[in-house]
Amino acid sequence: MLALRLSAYTLTSALGAGLAPHADALRRQRGGIVRKQWETIDFAFCMGEVAGLDATAIRSDLARFDCRNNRLAQYALEQDGFAERVREAVGRYGPDRVAVLLGSSTSGILSSEIAYRHRDPASGRLPGDHRYRETHNAYSVADFVRHYFDLAGPACVISTACSSSAKVFGAAERLIALGLVDAAIVGGVDSLCLTTVYGFSSLQLVSPNPCRPFDADRDGISIGEGAAYALLERPHDARPGSILLTGVGETSDAYHMSSPHPEGLGARAAMTAALQCAGLTAGDIDYINLHGTATPSNDAAEDAAVSAVFGTRLPCSSTKGHTGHTLGAAGGIEAILCAIVLDGGFLPGGVGTEHLDPRLKSHYLLATEERPLRHVLSNSFGFGGSNCSLIFSREAA
Amino acid sequence: MSMDAIYLDGISLLGPGLPDWEEAVAILCGDKPAELAPVTVTAPALLPATERRRAGTSIKLSMAVGLAAAEAAGIDPGGLANVFTSSGGDCENCHHLLDALASSERMISPTRFHNSVHNAAAGYWSIATHCEAASTSLSAYDASFGAGLIEAAGQVLTSGAPCLLIAFDTAYPEPLFALRPVPFPFGVGLVLSPTRGAHSMATLGLSLTRDPADTLSEPPLEQLRREIPTARALPLLQRLAGGGAGRVVLDYLDDTRLAIEVGG
Repeated sequence: MLALRLSAYTLTSALGAGLAPHADALRRQRGGIVRKQWETIDFAFCMGEVAGLDATAIRSDLARFDCRNNRLAQYALEQDGFAERVREAVGRYGPDRVAVLLGSSTSGILSSEIAYRHRDPASGRLPGDHRYRETHNAYSVADFVRHYFDLAGPACVISTACSSSAKVFGAAERLIALGLVDAAIVGGVDSLCLTTVYGFSSLQLVSPNPCRPFDADRDGISIGEGAAYALLERPHDARPGSILLTGVGETSDAYHMSSPHPEGLGARAAMTAALQCAGLTAGDIDYINLHGTATPSNDAAEDAAVSAVFGTRLPCSSTKGHTGHTLGAAGGIEAILCAIVLDGGFLPGGVGTEHLDPRLKSHYLLATEERPLRHVLSNSFGFGGSNCSLIFSREAA
Repeated sequence: MSMDAIYLDGISLLGPGLPDWEEAVAILCGDKPAELAPVTVTAPALLPATERRRAGTSIKLSMAVGLAAAEAAGIDPGGLANVFTSSGGDCENCHHLLDALASSERMISPTRFHNSVHNAAAGYWSIATHCEAASTSLSAYDASFGAGLIEAAGQVLTSGAPCLLIAFDTAYPEPLFALRPVPFPFGVGLVLSPTRGAHSMATLGLSLTRDPADTLSEPPLEQLRREIPTARALPLLQRLAGGGAGRVVLDYLDDTRLAIEVGG
């Protein structure tokens, strides 16, 4: 495939806003998951919440998009000078030559959850100020970002549950390779809502404690929220140290709606496809950022897949213990975390994991190690059996 | 800038008064009047019994048009990469979840929850057809058909393999229906291929344009085009039904539209 340069990138999660707090949290193995009450949910749970969203003001000309998800989208866009770098790219290429491809699982559905509580008792009508198109609809967050930059290129939201914002990297590569656009804003935005908290609880997949990926006592996910963006362009200006997207592998489990194939066959095929796409072999990969949600069956299936493709000595870890599971934003967030570890030259140890499950064979890192890296792989798997593996590489000196 | 042309190998359509592609051809060509009759969607036998019970209109509709398009192309859907595009996915299921979350009990069923993901239809499709190939599910509100066609064409041209596009929309019940009034279920399936084959009907060359979108002269069809995101495809379908070559412009995003050069 065409390698693409991440010419700018940023992220916001429970660890903080922008790259610096994330690099620091990964190095020091600091987590952002806390137990608290949230919204009207009638039980406390452990979550990775982004601080300050309630006080964030949507740009006044875009007030019709106001909801928690778009506030998070805007707050994250304005970190690390990302928005300025996008405007420069729009200046270079023109507004119709920049795509917006974002991943989200629930977009701003929280706004409809609240609106349903305020239906007119007689007519059943939703409050007059409820804006379905700009807040709830799956596309709303890409529509918001497209308007934020006054763009006129292609746009969509990919919504394949927890692989959503990994898959946008593949979609962007296709559009740029085919010459339909010169650059793409990719990433993911997903925010806390009742649907996911009550939904994952109904499946008994939420841990009562901060999640513990690959731990012998792991017992479920911690739901998080976050946003991540990358500006992807052809690698003309790549320099030593530039971060490149070099491989994408997408497959389907064709097995079950909410459980992974027990041997991780679809995950295995996605990792193999990403390697093939990058022209790399398993031995070239220096680190894997696991999907690692900390449910018993997900981690076991991923472990089987990773060890089948890479053996049992390749360092890997999940950063869900740091950020919580940010669902549709997880692929994008973990892509940027991969860029951070490639740039900083370290392998991040997990957070929350104390006693590795002896039944799992992968080399899961309990402590951060400083080491230069060349190629890393990131896994994202979702409901419906949707699998995506990405490979990121650091341009050699 | 245009993308390279791709081949259309199979087509299907299911909408009001448009029960399949063969009948739709006569209506789109003006040989039969367009009448907006209610849509009947049945669960395909391919879906395992448990899944069939859990399947709502969106799953049945998407599967029906997907299977019909693959059959028209003479291709096994089990090996086909696929792109699902829909403005709202399973809107009925979404309403039931929102209703439950607004109640004092807030009990939601695990099945309703896993059916709430936008890629639920794609998940059921992969299970029913045993398809392990790449699958994407996307939305672009009213531009969902155009966004799906661009993504599917991109898959075909970069992978060198055929791809199935399944575009569908269903309606929310009230109260969301008032804010998103999709009048009828509507689904379109297209099998796209990088090379000419025995079933190839036409070539399609995509580019973006600012030109106005084509409209339909028959009021019932034009009403569908305006009110259902997937039915934004109708000017293309009409051109294909007539068998003629030429340029078609479809509504896409705001002032950005999708031009399609249809060739023989």
